[in-house]
Amino acid sequence: MLYFIEQCLNGIQLGMLLFLLAAGLTLIFGIMDLVNLAHGSLYMLGAYFAATFADWTGSFVLGAMLALAASLVAGMALEVIAIRPLYGRSHLDHVLGTFGLLLFFNELVRLIWGPAGMTLSLPSEMLNAVQVLPGLYYPIYRLVIIGVTIAVALLIYVFVMRTRLGMLIRAGASNREMVGALGVNIKLLYTLVFGLGAALAGLAGLMQAPILTVQIGMGENILILAFLVVTIGGIGSIRGAFVASLLVGLVDTFGRAFVPDLLHQHLSEAAAASLSRGLSSMMIYLLMAVVLVVRPEGLFPAATR
Amino acid sequence: MIKALLMGTTALALVAGPAMAQQKTIKIGFISTFSGPAAAIGNDMRNSFELALDHLGRKLGGLPVEVVYEDDEIKPEVGVQKTQKLIESDKADFIVGYIWSNVMLASLKPLVDSKTMTVITNAGASQLAGDQCSPYVFSTSWNNDQTPAAIGTYMNQKGVKTAFLMGPNYAAGKDMLNGVQTTFKGKIVGQELTRWPDQLDFSAELSKARAAKPDAIFAFYPGGAGIQFVTQYAQSGLKGQIPLYTAFTIDDLSLPRLKDLAIGVPGAQEWVNDLPNDANKKFVADYKAKYKSSPSFYGAQTYDAASLINSAVTAVKGDLSNKEGMRKEMEKADFKSVRGNFKFGNNHIPIQNFYLQDAEKAADGSYALHTVSLIVKDDQDKFHNQCPMK
Repeated sequence: MLYFIEQCLNGIQLGMLLFLLAAGLTLIFGIMDLVNLAHGSLYMLGAYFAATFADWTGSFVLGAMLALAASLVAGMALEVIAIRPLYGRSHLDHVLGTFGLLLFFNELVRLIWGPAGMTLSLPSEMLNAVQVLPGLYYPIYRLVIIGVTIAVALLIYVFVMRTRLGMLIRAGASNREMVGALGVNIKLLYTLVFGLGAALAGLAGLMQAPILTVQIGMGENILILAFLVVTIGGIGSIRGAFVASLLVGLVDTFGRAFVPDLLHQHLSEAAAASLSRGLSSMMIYLLMAVVLVVRPEGLFPAATR
Repeated sequence: MIKALLMGTTALALVAGPAMAQQKTIKIGFISTFSGPAAAIGNDMRNSFELALDHLGRKLGGLPVEVVYEDDEIKPEVGVQKTQKLIESDKADFIVGYIWSNVMLASLKPLVDSKTMTVITNAGASQLAGDQCSPYVFSTSWNNDQTPAAIGTYMNQKGVKTAFLMGPNYAAGKDMLNGVQTTFKGKIVGQELTRWPDQLDFSAELSKARAAKPDAIFAFYPGGAGIQFVTQYAQSGLKGQIPLYTAFTIDDLSLPRLKDLAIGVPGAQEWVNDLPNDANKKFVADYKAKYKSSPSFYGAQTYDAASLINSAVTAVKGDLSNKEGMRKEMEKADFKSVRGNFKFGNNHIPIQNFYLQDAEKAADGSYALHTVSLIVKDDQDKFHNQCPMK
């Protein structure tokens, strides 16, 4: 039972990390109708910023906050310089343009920080496990990730649903011209949304940096998962992204944790070994296939946002 | 005046021309990973090869050297394509490199078919040591099972009764987990092969390891994945509870990033930067002076490859068409290896010592790997009997 709870926590934690990445992606896609492959680059930048600033300041928390601000600025600058010409073009142009940006950022990071990658060390008080339940130890930092992400999810919800700016963003999503005609500076609004998405990606990057890695191209694999989450959750829906992230996180973790043992009980050793490896890495894609068959628009289609 | 000068230079060019044409060069095709996170490994190998060429006066066996570096992107299909390019369009005299077992296995057929002289400087897939061994293919590294077998022996010495094994799901990962089991006498209570190379979060597997309550965990995670694995192992709180034993997980490239997390985690290796032979002292000192960092075993093996090629080309007096002569000379392993001298087995895989290594923090706050003890002497891989070469 404790083992089951531990694996649930693992799944939730992975889901939370995916949510931070997917929330920005779905926000940009849903509101600005922009397919952004460079989202993974912003995730990478967040991690590199955090590692650099933490080095300079000697403090993890301070470094993280500076990195968050830097990601926001970098995102807004990117929107003004490179993303604006892409609006109103086809999705293929978006993919080509932002894929170019992805290559550009990989090379930029190599030039600035070198090819070896960096380390973002945790403060010693976070570098251990804590007893969650009697007999169940869980890494403190992973609990921190879960906590921070839930807080951020609530903040986004309040911001989009309860503030005037959020209302304008939602209005801009449904009818860009009308909002512009009413005297709202829609260009600035889009820059802001893109910056917000970049900051979320940066946050995801810096939060995972102490567990996973700070290296070139780190955003590319996880971006696939983030797109998966966005597709399952329903394009443009933050709520959908949240639910889908949890689902993907849990399914992926359970696939790795329990599927091999289940197969071992019912199949021969060799068959179970080869099948379980294939199956556990396929689980999340199966999940997406099932969701798309049942609800082609995703779990929470944007209309019900 | 100008006319005279022109005539003078033309005459000089005419004299110099034929002499230049006679001056042969030796062309080395070098395959490693130079992009993505594993570029750190490829750079270390390239640096070491360049340093070896510096030490040899930029010549191999008296011939000026031309090196063509190619990036395999850790992809077997790219590796084989680059190998074919080096063989067919560059007409390389020697091909050197290969970090990854799966890339090397994919590239092996064109190398063997074209009878290209090859020195593999890391990848040690068991097939290469066994039935796919080849007269013109040599390794300056090891076979995959040897290093984990050495750590398995050490685990026996430490009285480990039960172990949980973890590694990535590709050719080398499978070889490594099998390797531990060739020597480890205790019980294997579980083993995990994780997705490679894209899985970087090992929380589910570490939870499994914890639940299995073993005496020890064995892990093989090369390159950047090793940093992630050791970090997550420490964060999970397992470090105080279940000791970790490793192969190719902590090295001179990952140590500066792992720092304290690497201390107290033993590993086995055939080369350590403080091995007390003269060739090694020179290699390590000059590497540090030139590149301002510590060389890794990847680099040491590549440095040896240059020395090995130099010995072969010297023996045939620069006649690169005499492959038979070069092969015979290389089989003698007649050069000063930075790991101390070794012999080649019938399958052209070194028969060599394996050491226990440990990370230590120096007084100035830097970290370095040290030799703790010798685990096995003159170890030969388990696959050499399957190799048809005698």
